[in-house]
Amino acid sequence: MARIRLEKLRHSYLPAPSGPEDYALTEVDLEWMDGGAYALLGPSGCGKSTLLNIISGLLTPSEGRVLFGETDVTTLPPDQRNIAQVFQFPVIYDTMTVYDNLAFPLRNRRVDPARVDARVREIAAMLELEDWLATRAANLTPDNKQKISMGRGLVRDDVNVIMFDEPLTVIDPELKWKLRSKLKELHQAIGVTMIYVTHDQTEALTFADQVVVMQDGVIVQIGSPVDLFDRPKHTFVGHFIGSPGMNILPCEVVDGGVLFHGQHVRLEGPITRTGKRTEIGVRPEYVRLTETGIPAIVRKAADIGRHTVVEAMVGATPVSAILDDRAPELGVEVHLSFEPSQTRMYADGWIATAGERP
Amino acid sequence: MALELRSVTKRVGSEMHIHRTSLSIDAGGFNILLGATNAGKSTLIKLMAGLERPTTGEVWVGGQNVTGMSPQKRNISLVHQFFVNYPHMTVFENIASPLRVAGIPKSEIAGRVEEAANILQLGPMLKRRPQELSGGQQQRTALARAIVKESKAIFLDEPLANLDYKLREELRDQLPDLLAGRGTVVVYATSEPTEALLLGGRTALVHEGRVTQYGITTEIYRSPANLVSARVFSDPPINLAPVEKRGDEMFLGDLSWTVFGEAARLKDGSYTVGIRPHHVTPIEPKDVSAAVRGRVQITELSGSESIAHFALGDRTWVSLAAGIHPYRVGEEHEFHIIPGQCFYFAPDGTLAAKGTAHG
Amino acid sequence: MKTENQRGWLFVLPVLLLVAFNALVPLMTVVNYSVQETFGNNQFFWHGVGWFEDILRSDRFQAALGRQLFFTATILAIEIPLGVAIALAMPRKGIWVSVCLVLMALPLLIPWNVVGAMWNIFTLPDIGLLGYALNNTLGIEYNMTQSPVAAWITVIVMDVWHWTSLVVLLAYVGLISIPEAYYQAAKIDGATNWAVFRYIQLPKMKRVLTIAVLLRFMDSFNIYTEPFVLTGGGPGNSTSLLSIDLVKVALGQFDLGPAAAMSLVYFAITLAVSWLFYTLMTRDEQ
Repeated sequence: MARIRLEKLRHSYLPAPSGPEDYALTEVDLEWMDGGAYALLGPSGCGKSTLLNIISGLLTPSEGRVLFGETDVTTLPPDQRNIAQVFQFPVIYDTMTVYDNLAFPLRNRRVDPARVDARVREIAAMLELEDWLATRAANLTPDNKQKISMGRGLVRDDVNVIMFDEPLTVIDPELKWKLRSKLKELHQAIGVTMIYVTHDQTEALTFADQVVVMQDGVIVQIGSPVDLFDRPKHTFVGHFIGSPGMNILPCEVVDGGVLFHGQHVRLEGPITRTGKRTEIGVRPEYVRLTETGIPAIVRKAADIGRHTVVEAMVGATPVSAILDDRAPELGVEVHLSFEPSQTRMYADGWIATAGERP
Repeated sequence: MALELRSVTKRVGSEMHIHRTSLSIDAGGFNILLGATNAGKSTLIKLMAGLERPTTGEVWVGGQNVTGMSPQKRNISLVHQFFVNYPHMTVFENIASPLRVAGIPKSEIAGRVEEAANILQLGPMLKRRPQELSGGQQQRTALARAIVKESKAIFLDEPLANLDYKLREELRDQLPDLLAGRGTVVVYATSEPTEALLLGGRTALVHEGRVTQYGITTEIYRSPANLVSARVFSDPPINLAPVEKRGDEMFLGDLSWTVFGEAARLKDGSYTVGIRPHHVTPIEPKDVSAAVRGRVQITELSGSESIAHFALGDRTWVSLAAGIHPYRVGEEHEFHIIPGQCFYFAPDGTLAAKGTAHG
Repeated sequence: MKTENQRGWLFVLPVLLLVAFNALVPLMTVVNYSVQETFGNNQFFWHGVGWFEDILRSDRFQAALGRQLFFTATILAIEIPLGVAIALAMPRKGIWVSVCLVLMALPLLIPWNVVGAMWNIFTLPDIGLLGYALNNTLGIEYNMTQSPVAAWITVIVMDVWHWTSLVVLLAYVGLISIPEAYYQAAKIDGATNWAVFRYIQLPKMKRVLTIAVLLRFMDSFNIYTEPFVLTGGGPGNSTSLLSIDLVKVALGQFDLGPAAAMSLVYFAITLAVSWLFYTLMTRDEQ
């Protein structure tokens, strides 16, 4: 178990890259503490799988170093790094039973049979697979197969880090929920460093203590789920996290504040800088319908049980709001107001207001 | 244009894939088929589209019995989960293909293809091949192909399932505008309850080859007809537990609460209570509530919501609350159940009564 | 009530009629001959199962059957493992893939009697490259027309050369369908190359190998052209496999009855063993 450090990593899949567009990873500098739950979050093509494969050793980076503790493991193959990886689809040995599947990594390392048995049963109990130990692995449902894949990673004591590459892709939505919780439970019980790659922000935020948000090969922001939700540093993060994402509304900077569609909007604090493109960022959770405020016409309203999601048009700009009350009628004129402490300004995509929180 | 399934069944070999089902669907608005994978949603769509023939029963479209008719003659469109496009044709030709097959004159084709492409923001991609496009663009090409001809019915079989989370949100936002107001029947299959609620319209809950409930989406969400429907239409899964009714009180182990209204009029006996996670809160709500203490086993904080899994007797219940709540794993915490949001199910699974608030 | 569109059968009808005419009718003729006796003057007498009894008891038939089974067993034992080994060694990505595939396909494209003729000339002790090299350079006595052992070895080597490619191509198809993630997971699990072969590659190739074995079994059991052109069934009877023997009896001695009976027995054996093989190999898959 160790600290993981990534130094100046760059990677290109082309043998002779000519410019930044040829790189899948443009520049990554990262340090992770032992035992944490981390997530790599971003859209398809952002470089998260590339980064994962570099950490696990399935890929050697074009430039940069990977360190586990003080050891440089950049060129070491996966079986020498003491890592485990769970893939998008279940990878199991069809001809073996569940027991043999789980025992396989230990037997390959010549662990003594008594210890193998104890460990396999312990992990099977944690994953709720004890009843299936004698069944041929090929006969299980996909979610149980994926549990076997996870189990093979957990069964070894010497694992530094377990990596999950979009592991819930082939799982049914109802079972996704169970497996997600199970993963969280496992992390709480075992405390091994776990890195989870996904494009699903719910999966990333509910699992991880710290989330690394990536776009186009670059890390845009690292932070806890609460940090990323509350204070996204970039409009991409604001938009990508949250369902629906943060409202990014074009605004004008005037003396003493900002104007959105000619209306003054109070921000969380003083403006720190400005730029060519200025926008207000406010999450739908902090947009309210009030008596006075910015006039808007309700375009869509959906009651999704736990709250209501409303989309209202201010001129040609859509603004989303999450409300606790019943959905307003379509076409009705309403007035919007934004919670000032949660309204931020972004200049050229980057946050440009100083918050009150230290 | 209405679409009707009259007492259809589908048997494959010795298995019944669809049990006797009758469904009547109108044009305008989304008609959603919600259910788990392999519940029968795809089979129902294939029966409606004519890709498969029902073992018994009839399919009627627009007042006509089309049961034996091949899909080609029915004038329908289908968007599949796996971005089905012709790989050897450009995007333009892909979108134009249904019009060419229908014999529309060339002069008209170009105009209609461009219109559809613009609606789906595919304008700059028209000359490319599907493999060169991203997943989202490929699916939009499939959608363009579906809307370019004026079909009587459009079927979408989990069209967003293979897309990135955020892309799914964007496309889902655009779908109602895209497909509304054409006088066509729109049938949309999905396995995500939240998607059904966001798209609105009417929903049919599908479970193991049966339609367990059909009606206006928000109404059937608020009033599940039976336990199976409640289970299918809940995300996160609905909390369930056996309860005993004695007089005016419902007993769940040591916990009890007073019931009113139709719940109070139930016969004394055993029932199953169901309550959705967002009605189990860590903060005392304004409505009357019953408090329960449970040891927190797992916590998940997503920035906007806090989820806690806690022990209730030998069961695990889930609480979903907005905002951030400081739970500590392993510690006991107090949660509040809102009786007004409970569903009571009889032993046979049907809804016996809905909880009413103190009234 | 009709559940599916039955019109497809109309398309197949002409082919069915053609097959019936070309295969079933001659088959019936053979069955007819096999139960009758004739002296060549177009007069037929009912003989019942007489020919069948004669054949099954005849030493000649049993010897030919024995030789055939030995031949088939040997080439299966060589070609399947060899084919799999070559498929494992072939590259899965890059430009060499097409080159290897073409090289593998070449032996399969040569007409069978040309294969026989090629190997015949190749192994002639006086002018054949291999024959001359073996006899004169290496000092090994090798003459196919005189030594049954040499003839057998040549027949087997020729078949291996000709048909291993089929096994290679089929096994290769099975191999390239394995996703990269399986190899990656095996690396992470610390599996040896042998373990990767045994637990990942072989199970995934199982289905195609079943087809390969079945095809090779049937083809080798019915083999005629190549060994006939190569050795003529000689020296003597030593390489007279079942089909060669059958032709000798039928055309050489013009005994229609026994020949017909022998073909039917042959047909029945091929069918039975093929069915047995197939059932055994697909036993696990429901």
